[in-house]
Amino acid sequence: MFYREAGQFKASYAADQAIYPIRQDKLGILLMLAFAVFVIPFIAPIYWLNSILIPFLIFSLAALGLNILTGYCGQLSLGTGGFMACGAFFSYKLTTAFPDVNILIVFLLAGLGTAMVGVLFGLPSLRIKGFYLAVATLAAQFFLIWMFNKFGWWTNHSPSGVISAPPREIFGNVTVTGPSAPPEYKYLFLLILVSLLALVAKNMVRSRIGRSWMAIRDMDIAAEIIGIRPMLAKLSAFAVSSFFIGISGALWAFTYSGSVEALAFEINRSFEVLFMIIIGGLGSVLGSFLGAAFIVLLPILLDNLPPLLGIPLSVEMVAHLRLIIFGGLIIFFLIVEPAGLARLWQIGKEKLRLWPFPY
Amino acid sequence: MNTRKITIGVVSGLAAIPIVGFFLQGLSKIDSSIFFAWDFYAEVVVKGLLQGVMYALVALGFVLIFKASSIFNFAQGAMVLFAALAMVGFMEWGVHWILAFVLAGGVMVLVAFLIERVVLRPMVNQPHIILFMATIGIFFVLDGVGQTIWGSNVKALDIGISRQPIIAFQGTLLPNGMYLDPTEIVAAVVGALMVALLAVLFQYTKVGRALRAVADDHQAALSVGIPLKTIWAIVWSVAGIVALVAGVMWGSSLGVQFSLSLIALKALPVLILGGFTSIPGAIIGGLIVGAGEQVGEVFLGPLVGGAIQDWFAYMLAMVFLLFRPQGLFGEKIIERV
Repeated sequence: MFYREAGQFKASYAADQAIYPIRQDKLGILLMLAFAVFVIPFIAPIYWLNSILIPFLIFSLAALGLNILTGYCGQLSLGTGGFMACGAFFSYKLTTAFPDVNILIVFLLAGLGTAMVGVLFGLPSLRIKGFYLAVATLAAQFFLIWMFNKFGWWTNHSPSGVISAPPREIFGNVTVTGPSAPPEYKYLFLLILVSLLALVAKNMVRSRIGRSWMAIRDMDIAAEIIGIRPMLAKLSAFAVSSFFIGISGALWAFTYSGSVEALAFEINRSFEVLFMIIIGGLGSVLGSFLGAAFIVLLPILLDNLPPLLGIPLSVEMVAHLRLIIFGGLIIFFLIVEPAGLARLWQIGKEKLRLWPFPY
Repeated sequence: MNTRKITIGVVSGLAAIPIVGFFLQGLSKIDSSIFFAWDFYAEVVVKGLLQGVMYALVALGFVLIFKASSIFNFAQGAMVLFAALAMVGFMEWGVHWILAFVLAGGVMVLVAFLIERVVLRPMVNQPHIILFMATIGIFFVLDGVGQTIWGSNVKALDIGISRQPIIAFQGTLLPNGMYLDPTEIVAAVVGALMVALLAVLFQYTKVGRALRAVADDHQAALSVGIPLKTIWAIVWSVAGIVALVAGVMWGSSLGVQFSLSLIALKALPVLILGGFTSIPGAIIGGLIVGAGEQVGEVFLGPLVGGAIQDWFAYMLAMVFLLFRPQGLFGEKIIERV
């Protein structure tokens, strides 16, 4: 009834190519952003900010990065954890070596460094495909974690191998990193950064480079024949994806956990992010956010549900049950909707267009 | 399988061992009086080869499932753990280990049928990555169920193999002989037996012919009347029993514990090295990875700070892949537009 695009005429190509061509969509997203910026920081409890919203934003960024590589360019990667570690340790080294440089610039530089590492480990993708490539990217995962764990230089020779994020200001005296920073500041900083990067990603996948990624994904030989250079497309996907993942790793270390060791970015982290994009929807920017929300919320829900229902369970039992339910839900989701939450969202929108009529 | 290729693989692999050894030893011992410490090097290589057989046992399960259904079964490691846990569970009731082995085999067949019915059947025709993710889901479920039923403590699995190391190959070439772990020798023998058994199963039985037909072409197999669902259940059962054997071997050398499910990660480089679809590839890949890993750890490890096993096998496999993108024995990838 209220969600109709009837009567919204496009008079220019620019208007036709807008990210949200429908006015209601644009309004909805603006309202949501406004709510997230102006209302949530004032009403949300600290716990919500610290253990739900902040990891959600960070994981969304990581999922966005992996989605560019796997969802848009079709290169299955299991090295996400390693690239996140790259971002974290690069930014730690940079900011301890140059404490006066603005932390935002440090994060971007760390992202660029990770992009270079990503290109390096993306080189085999020119010859290796499919699951062979997935296993080859595990080399990146294990090698990078080993490197950060082994050489004290990366942690400034901290005896425990743990880096603790130093407090840094974004401008004036607004501290956004380290354990002492107020969660509201961290949340707002993350929100703005992630929204901007999501905008960049959305525009990238709509533009020439994104279309070349999708052509490679759909059939690389055909893409090559119509004049897309596979090397450029694949390596740029690796670079952009690693850039996003690197920044998310840096944010993880600096704003979420405060102190972090290389083992925090183990192979499980890679799988977690992969789950996010599969459950959210491959090849969808919105899906990255939905999937991240799902995977961040699910364990919290599983932890809090039994006490709420009054079922007494031992800690060990809860851990095991969590595994079972997590695995079961993933299988269930894959059976019910393999195209992910983004597809459900689309179906919902289609239904809403017709509502209240059946067709 | 192409015999010539296998021969070339084996011969070049064996030839590579002394060459690599010569190179490594020459580098480090260039100013020492013993130019080439054969006995130590040989011990390292043999240890690595035996370890490699253990990896190959895990990789075999992967290959079986990938061949028959092109599913990349990440849950193989969890199946190894689950099978070993089941067997230890039966043994704790006082059952003899042979009976416990049979019972655990039955449990694995049950698990296979459940997986086929609950997970695979509703997901026919989905893209490979979706099925891969589903097997990660199976990984979590099996892990959780196994530890809920049998607890998460480390358990000893004793099937009567002595723990005393054996001194072997004492002779003129090796004055001190070499120390070998009996479990690993048993594993090597069992591994060889398994491959022979699987080869017979695949070549000479009706089920084996059906399996090969399904591996070649699902639709063609269906159209000549091969029951795909039954075949999948059989393949998963066989993979489950292979997992049980691997679980027994690993369990009796390391103890049955959660980390068993992570040896799947060790089997992956073996897999891509040998090719996803080749049973001999799994064995030879296992041998190369095992020997390469040990040699790398002992001779290269100290140069870069040690503990390089975690990634060395992957790097080795990646280098191999750059030259042969489908693994050593994988089917040639033919792409058409």
